[in-house]
Amino acid sequence: MIDEPPIKKILEERFPNFKIIYKKEYYEIYIKKDEIFDTIKKIKEDPELCYDQLTDLTAVDYPSREERFELIYLFLSMTLNSRIVIKSSIKIEDKIESISSLYKSANWFERECYDLFGIYFLNHPDLRRIMTDYNFEGHPLRKDFPLTGHTEVRYDDLEKKVVYEPVQLNQEFRNFDYMSPWEGFENELIGDEKSKDKDN
Amino acid sequence: MKEVEINSTTLNFGPQHPAAHGVLRLVVDLDGEVVERAEPHIGLLHRGTEKLIEYKTYLQAVPYFDRLDYVSPMCQEHAFALSTEKLLSLEVPIRAQYIRVIFSEITRILNHLLNIPAYAADIGAVTPFLWCFEKREKLLEFHEAVSGARFHAAYFRPGGVHQDMPKGMEEKLYDYINTLPKFIDDLEELLTNNRILRQRSVDIGIITKQEAIDWGCSGPVLRSSGVAWDLRRSQPYDAYNKVDFEVPIGKKGDCFDRYLIRIEEMRQSIKIINQCLEQIKPGIISVNDNKITPPKRNTMKKSMESLIHHFKLFTEGYRVPTGETYCAVEAPKGEFGVFLVSDGSSKPYRCKIRAPGFAHLQTLNHLSRGHLMADIAAILGSLDIVFGEVDR
Repeated sequence: MIDEPPIKKILEERFPNFKIIYKKEYYEIYIKKDEIFDTIKKIKEDPELCYDQLTDLTAVDYPSREERFELIYLFLSMTLNSRIVIKSSIKIEDKIESISSLYKSANWFERECYDLFGIYFLNHPDLRRIMTDYNFEGHPLRKDFPLTGHTEVRYDDLEKKVVYEPVQLNQEFRNFDYMSPWEGFENELIGDEKSKDKDN
Repeated sequence: MKEVEINSTTLNFGPQHPAAHGVLRLVVDLDGEVVERAEPHIGLLHRGTEKLIEYKTYLQAVPYFDRLDYVSPMCQEHAFALSTEKLLSLEVPIRAQYIRVIFSEITRILNHLLNIPAYAADIGAVTPFLWCFEKREKLLEFHEAVSGARFHAAYFRPGGVHQDMPKGMEEKLYDYINTLPKFIDDLEELLTNNRILRQRSVDIGIITKQEAIDWGCSGPVLRSSGVAWDLRRSQPYDAYNKVDFEVPIGKKGDCFDRYLIRIEEMRQSIKIINQCLEQIKPGIISVNDNKITPPKRNTMKKSMESLIHHFKLFTEGYRVPTGETYCAVEAPKGEFGVFLVSDGSSKPYRCKIRAPGFAHLQTLNHLSRGHLMADIAAILGSLDIVFGEVDR
């Protein structure tokens, strides 16, 4: 990772409207969802940037936000020895233009993203589930999908086939809250909200 | 209307098949014996690792990485340890860095010692399997010596390594590792000029430079096409910038090139391990911060604070500052990366695992088109697919 500043300069020239963050190992650009395809096309085809490998494509689910998913594209330029992350926030119902026409590797990455998060990609050649079972329902990496899932399978000796049944847990799933009351909470007592202003 | 007769057979390959290297289901369209389309169906080993990690503390997440690519466990722990350390802004002690490099390279040899004979077995040679497993078994003893487990080591922890190498291990490792070049020569004698191996692998599954980059290939698959790209060299992590090694590249990008690169990488790994053993000096093996790494057992008997630290570490774990990072290592199969998002709690908010095999398997359709059905087994073997990491 030598010569970082020149790349930053080029990036700033090419994308004056976006905020470019330099994070030691990689650059990060935050863009609007309808600019995804064009921006990626630019960084791929620009001879001075040449981010020609799509290393990864993923999403992060933030259920509390209005634009729930953060879509993350990770590119690598072997000529510059540099990585770039392109991020964009999207709503649950948004449809994103597929980049599989630009990068062949995007095909499966987008399928995976569709499978696990339910993000729909437009103009994708073959948008099917990839990781989960045939006829699976739901999108497992969403935060509101339970860790245990909804169905479990077993072999039924009478029916002589594998059957799907709703999950039954003998013990409730335990998720401990380790938050220490000395460090964890904001020190808020009910009815005491105004005390801060008085004290300080 | 003119009637067109299509002479294609659709064949279901797997998911239980010895040449599929695990649970791969292929739907193959054949014209006679020539492959028209090979469509992999993956996910039969999907265990939801990424989801599970979201419910575990950072320390509890480490063993999941062993179980991804179960043939090269330590390299994957390495990627996770590096990204956690980056979020915690930790500097790992120099001895730990060397130990990690040594074990990453042992893991690389282990991986190639499995892949090469498995590939040879796919195309007809059985003897290398027996030879290599004997050597593998002895190398695994070094895994066992430091971590207590042959495969699922959980040895590289964020902040360093779990424990120091036992006394005398450095000498033992040095002695053993220097018997390997002779073994690799013998192995090559058996394989490299073997007529059957050459006929089955030269000019099979050719991938060009541009295609390899476009398909997201990395590791030996990318290097076989002639791209000199190795993360150990171009983006060195831990002690890799202190050792000298060569990056072998191929010319054609066929199965034979990939085989040769793996052979050469083993030799380079031996070179790296030897240099590390020369340079390594006594010292501490994990950061000296009991908020991240557990206190020593004997201090726990005397000091109340150590006991509290130990209890807090193994129940709550440590908090990692809010942020996100991507760290990649050159795993034996290619670029293995971890994209980690922390929300400031003691559990990762999101942990995306970038597995090299996932990108490689995607090229199968492209590589096998126009080849014979039997070549699919050769191509699969040369791509070095392990389903633990493809399906995650």
